[in-house]
Amino acid sequence: MTTAAAKFKKDVRRVTADLRHRRIINAALDGYAVKRDQKKALFQDWAGARRLAAATKYEAINSLDRCLEQFARGLESRGAKVHWASTGQQACEIIVGILKQRNARSVVKSKAMTAEEIHLNEALARAGLDVVETDLGEFIVQLRDEPPYHIVFPAMHLTRGEIQETFRKRLGDAPSDNPEELTMVARRVLRQKYIQADAGITGANFAVADAGLISLTENEGNARLTGALPRTMITLVGIEKVIPRLEDLALFLPMLATVGAGQLISGYNTLYGGPRQPGEPDGPEEYHVVLLDNNRTRLLADAEKRDTLHCIRCGSCLNVCPIFRNIGGHSYGTTYCGPIGAVLTPVLKGLQEWKHLPYASSLCGACTEACPVGIDLHHHLLEHRRAAAGTKPSWWQKLAFKLFAPVAASKLLWALVTKSGRLGQKLHPIVLGTRLDPAYVWTRTRDLPPIAKTTFKEWWRRTRP
Amino acid sequence: MTITLFIPCYIDLFYPRVGMAMVRILEKLGHKIVCPESPSCCGQPAFNTGYWDESRALAVKVLDQLKDAEVVVIPSGSCGAMIKVFYPVLFAGTPQEPLAKEVSAKCYEFAQFLVDKLGVTDLGAKFPHRVTYHDGCHSLREMNIYEAPRKLLRHVAGLELVEMRQTVCCGFGGTFSAKFPAISTAMGEVKCDLAAETGAEYIVSSDSSCLMHIQGLIDRQRRKLKTIHLAEVLAGDF
Ligand code: SF4
Repeated sequence: MTTAAAKFKKDVRRVTADLRHRRIINAALDGYAVKRDQKKALFQDWAGARRLAAATKYEAINSLDRCLEQFARGLESRGAKVHWASTGQQACEIIVGILKQRNARSVVKSKAMTAEEIHLNEALARAGLDVVETDLGEFIVQLRDEPPYHIVFPAMHLTRGEIQETFRKRLGDAPSDNPEELTMVARRVLRQKYIQADAGITGANFAVADAGLISLTENEGNARLTGALPRTMITLVGIEKVIPRLEDLALFLPMLATVGAGQLISGYNTLYGGPRQPGEPDGPEEYHVVLLDNNRTRLLADAEKRDTLHCIRCGSCLNVCPIFRNIGGHSYGTTYCGPIGAVLTPVLKGLQEWKHLPYASSLCGACTEACPVGIDLHHHLLEHRRAAAGTKPSWWQKLAFKLFAPVAASKLLWALVTKSGRLGQKLHPIVLGTRLDPAYVWTRTRDLPPIAKTTFKEWWRRTRP
Repeated sequence: MTITLFIPCYIDLFYPRVGMAMVRILEKLGHKIVCPESPSCCGQPAFNTGYWDESRALAVKVLDQLKDAEVVVIPSGSCGAMIKVFYPVLFAGTPQEPLAKEVSAKCYEFAQFLVDKLGVTDLGAKFPHRVTYHDGCHSLREMNIYEAPRKLLRHVAGLELVEMRQTVCCGFGGTFSAKFPAISTAMGEVKCDLAAETGAEYIVSSDSSCLMHIQGLIDRQRRKLKTIHLAEVLAGDF
């Protein structure tokens, strides 16, 4: 077992047994589901909207080179600087480089999973920069030195009480566990940071090719302040975030809000096109957009998995995933968790090291059903398993399946299995529930049904000779 | 018509009554039943675990047994999906591809066969209990079966069908249940809780493999629920 797999198994055992965790997550996501379904019902034709979204992303990804060039040209024409980063490390170096050149000391940041992916905060800290997350959820998990629990709801695993405790410890200020009061505490701290910050870093929800614009969606206004107050603004965006046309936002913004958070439209939707233009009263003096590949072109080259680049990071597949709901976001040990994480991580970080994620699925398909852009998530998991077993089979599983085939295919051998199974079950109580029990993985938590006195085939043979 | 039954291993060994109930129902409707004695497995465990060559070794035998069938009926959405949906994938680019597609086309899950193929919804069964229906994920999302079992249940005398407030996997998932028993068990508990919330006495399903997992948990945790396969409800054995 790889270290990642061993850690996964250990964390999974702990979290699945944690009934408090189960209650918190189920309650939160059940509430989300109600709101999501209400908003979905407002679409005239949800299935049609999904098809259109999938087709639009298909178009964007299959003309990615042209879309990106167009996108970059548009931005550059307004004086923004576009950087192309092949790897996460390169992206970090580019961003640190920009900040160093500006003699920046403190940075405000709004929520960006791509920044988590490339460990930007660590790189900034190593460069001696002070970084503060401004999204409330991200701010809370940053105070706790935790990674985000969920790609959209980073602090959903925490109760009000736990957040109060965190604020008390780290900020010395937590009047009560009232959400509004806690938000006011965060706001006081963050406002100060915005004013001091030399630079703001954001992510992006969409990169609009024809208009050369970054589209950012949020609910707290923190991304707006991150972009508006500091003199330098940097946006880190994965190359797959591209959409062909500005008008496509008319579909994607309500869709993302609906499946992402059960909202008709997010609180703040902003388009960024470059630094402050002559005559404009506000905006950053300089604007940098860092386009990140970091193995995305590897997905692009793989016709089978290319559709994973359609992902708009809405989190919907996590929300409906019974695995995610029971093991929680942190157990995955990856930046992207849930079904999309289980599909992406083996590609981005190595199949053999991370194959436990595709195996940790009942292949129920709830994710695929929920995905607004129609990514065939659970069949990708199946495909990962095939690739994993194909390149490095487990000898005992291969052997077991090899031996099972002729047994299941033979009348005689199957009858023998039936008979010896009955005998085995007579002896089973001796070892039941102990490590010697060959069915331990099943019988530790579940009873096994007895083999019938007359199996179907015995009955069939007897009654229909 | 002549109906070929495919009886998966766990129905043969643990739940023969499900197979018997199916035989009785289909015979009562005037059909001739044949049932190949082997193979006893469609090859799904190997397939889902990634061992496609090993899966194919079994699946070719299944194809061979089913190639001359008029229609094939399977008491499980899971094995049904394997043959109907995944055999064409498994055999893609092999000499058996056309045969796999041919068999796929004449293969039905039990409830789907009754309702969509035969147009039967009322079997005159009686089952005076409050029940909830568990959709096996393969029935639901690979075979797109939702209405058929419910139509059948609605025509059972005395039966009250109450839906769970969430359609969610029970956590069986084949080899997943053994590879990740902790997750599988937690999912099963959530499922049982949802079913219990409805106040149902029975969880009915078209998938005995899901029910084996759910009943195993119920027995171990001494919960009040019971499980039963749709065919048994319709055969009116109780
Ligand atoms: S895979 Fe689909 S459902 Fe999951 S985050 Fe991406 S877009 Fe959303």
